[in-house]
Amino acid sequence: MRLLVVEDDPILSDGLKVGLGLSGSTVDCVGTCEDAVSALIATDFSAIVLDLMLPDGSGLDVLRTLRARGDRTPVVLLTARDGVADRIAGLDGGADDYVGKPFDLDELSARIRAVVRRAAGRASATLVHGAIRLDPGRFAVTVDHRPVPVSRREFMVLAALMERPSVLHSKSDLEEQLYGWQEEVESNAVEVHIHNLRAKIGRHAIETVRGLGYRMRAIA
Amino acid sequence: MSALRTRLFVVLLVATGLIWLSAVLWIYVSSKREVEHFVDTQLQEAARMVISVADRVGASPVPGGQETPIPALDYAHQLTCQIWSLSGSMLARSSGAPEHRMTDASSGFSERAINGDTWRVFTLEDPRKGIRVMVGDRLGMRERLANDLVRSFVMPVLLVVPLLALLIWVSLGRGLRPLRRMARDIAARDADDMRAIDAGRAPDEVRPLADALNALFLKVETARRHERTVTAFAAHELRTPLAGLKTQAQVAMASTDPSVVKAALRQILTAVDQTTRLVRQLLDAARLDAETDERPLIDVEVGALIAETIDGMRVDERIRTLVDPRLRDLKMRGDPESLRLAIRNLHENAVQHMGAGTIEWGLNATGTGFFVRDQGPGIPEEELPHVTTRFFRGRHKSASGSGLGLAITEMAARRSRLALLLRNRQDGSGLQVDLEAA
Repeated sequence: MRLLVVEDDPILSDGLKVGLGLSGSTVDCVGTCEDAVSALIATDFSAIVLDLMLPDGSGLDVLRTLRARGDRTPVVLLTARDGVADRIAGLDGGADDYVGKPFDLDELSARIRAVVRRAAGRASATLVHGAIRLDPGRFAVTVDHRPVPVSRREFMVLAALMERPSVLHSKSDLEEQLYGWQEEVESNAVEVHIHNLRAKIGRHAIETVRGLGYRMRAIA
Repeated sequence: MSALRTRLFVVLLVATGLIWLSAVLWIYVSSKREVEHFVDTQLQEAARMVISVADRVGASPVPGGQETPIPALDYAHQLTCQIWSLSGSMLARSSGAPEHRMTDASSGFSERAINGDTWRVFTLEDPRKGIRVMVGDRLGMRERLANDLVRSFVMPVLLVVPLLALLIWVSLGRGLRPLRRMARDIAARDADDMRAIDAGRAPDEVRPLADALNALFLKVETARRHERTVTAFAAHELRTPLAGLKTQAQVAMASTDPSVVKAALRQILTAVDQTTRLVRQLLDAARLDAETDERPLIDVEVGALIAETIDGMRVDERIRTLVDPRLRDLKMRGDPESLRLAIRNLHENAVQHMGAGTIEWGLNATGTGFFVRDQGPGIPEEELPHVTTRFFRGRHKSASGSGLGLAITEMAARRSRLALLLRNRQDGSGLQVDLEAA
C-alpha cells in the first residue's frame, strides 16, 4: 500500500513514516494543505492519514477539495480535539474513519487496512487467491496453509497483485507502490521481486503479459 | 429578598407608629389645655351667673340640698358652687359642693385638696352685695375629660394599625415583585446560560442592577469562550507531541533494525524536550493570564537580567550570543518576573529560528529599551501582526515552535507596561524585536 501522511509535527510524521512502513506500506509525508493537494494530484495513494490542524488551514479543506474532485481515496483523520462536533464534521466531510491523538500505531494501521478494504469492496481482511493467502494485518503469506517467508517489498508486490487479481499491473504501477518520493527506484527491482515470489508461491501463480505487466493467473 | 421586605416593613411600620404616637401626644397635650381653658371659662361664667342671680334674689341665703334632682349625665356634678358672706359664713352651696370652704383666696383662681380630691376654684367677690361666690370643679374630672377625648381618637387608630400593617406588607410584596422575578429567573438558569436579563420590564430602580448583571454575564462569557479556545489549542498542541512520542516508542519496540530503533529513541528524546518546554510555556501563559492584580513596577537592571536569563539556557554551539555591554547601565521600570519571561521567550524564539549564527542583544537608539536580533528567516510581513496571538501558526513555523513564545512575550510586556515591536531586519537577515517604555 502507498500512503500519504499529512501531518505538520515532524516527530509524529517521522514516526508514522517508519511505523506504517514496518507493516508493509510505503509512506509519503507532507506538512501543509497545499503540499497535500499537490501530492494527491501527482500520485495515486491507497489511503490518506490526515491531521486536522495544519499550519495553512484545516485538513477538512483538503478533504473537501479531494472529494469535490471525485477522488474516493480512503481518508483516516487524526484529531487532537475531544469534540464530537469535530468528528462529525470530519465524517460528514467525507472521511472514512478517525483516530484521536495520541493513538496506538497498530490500531491506526488496522483502521487504514479496514478503510482500504472497504473501499475495494472486500469483506475479509485476508486476501485469498486459490491456495495463496495473504494476511496484511499479520504481514504473513501462506500457500496450502504452509507459511512462506517473504521480504517487505515482495509482500507489497504480492498484496498489490492480489488486491485486484484480474487487473494488469504495469511495472511502473508496482514501482509506485514500492517506493516513496525520496527513494531511489532500482531498475529491474520489480522483475527481481516477481522472480523471487514465483519461486516461493509457485511458478505459475503470477502471469506475465509481455510489454504490459503482471497479474495473478486465473484459477482453473 | 424577604429580609429586604421585612426590613422595609419594620421601618415603615415604626415610622408610621412614631408619627401616630407623636400626633396622639400632641393631641393629648393640646386638648388638655383646651379643656382647662374651657372649664376655667365655665367657672368664671358660672360665678358671674351666680352673682347676678344673687342680686335678683336679694342675697337671701340659699339652704343646701334644695334643688330638684336632675337625672345625672356623664359629666354631671362637674361644677359646684358655694356662696359665702364677706364676713365668712356660708350662705348657700350646690348639692355636690363640699361642706368646708373650698378656698381661702378672696378672688381669682386657686387650687386646694379637699377629701383627697384636688379642686380648682374661681372666687368672685361682690362687696356691694356682700357675698363671695366660689365655683369649683375636681381636677380629676378635667383629666377624665381630656383622657376621654384622646381615647376616642386613639381607639380607631388602634383598630386601623393592623389594617395599615397588612396594607404596607402587601404593597411591599407587590413593589418588590420585579426584583423577585429577576431573582427567580437568574436562579433557574443553567451554569452555562449567559443570556442577558430582560431589563425592559424592570422598574427604573432595578434596571441598573440588571444592566450591571448583564455586563458581568458578557464578561464571564467572553472569558469562558477565550478559555475554551485556549484549551482546545492547548489540547492539540499537547496531544500531537504525545502522539509522536507514542508512535516513536511503538516503532522502537516493533523494529528489529538497530538503526531504526536508535533513530526512534533520538526522536523520543527530542519530543520529550519539546513537550517539556511546551508545558512550561503553557504554565507561564496560564500564570500571566491568572495574575489579575497589578504588581508594583520597579526599576529593573535589564543587562543583569538578560545575562542571568540567557546564561541558564542551553544553546546549540553553532549559535553565538552577543550582549551589548552598554545594557549594563540600562534600567527599565517593569515587573522583574514578567521581564524575565519576555527575555527567555525572545531568546528561545531566536534560537529556534536559526540553525547557526549570532543573536544580538543591544541598546535601542533612544536608550530607553533594548532589542534582540536574530539571523533567522524573519516573519512574512502579512503575518507580523498575528504572531503574538496565542497558538498562531504561520506558514514558516519552526519545527519545534508551539505558537506560544511571542504570545507570552507580548503578555509579559503588557504586564510591565512596555511596548513590544517586531520587524524584519532591513537587510532581510532576520528578525528584530524591540522592547521599550510604552
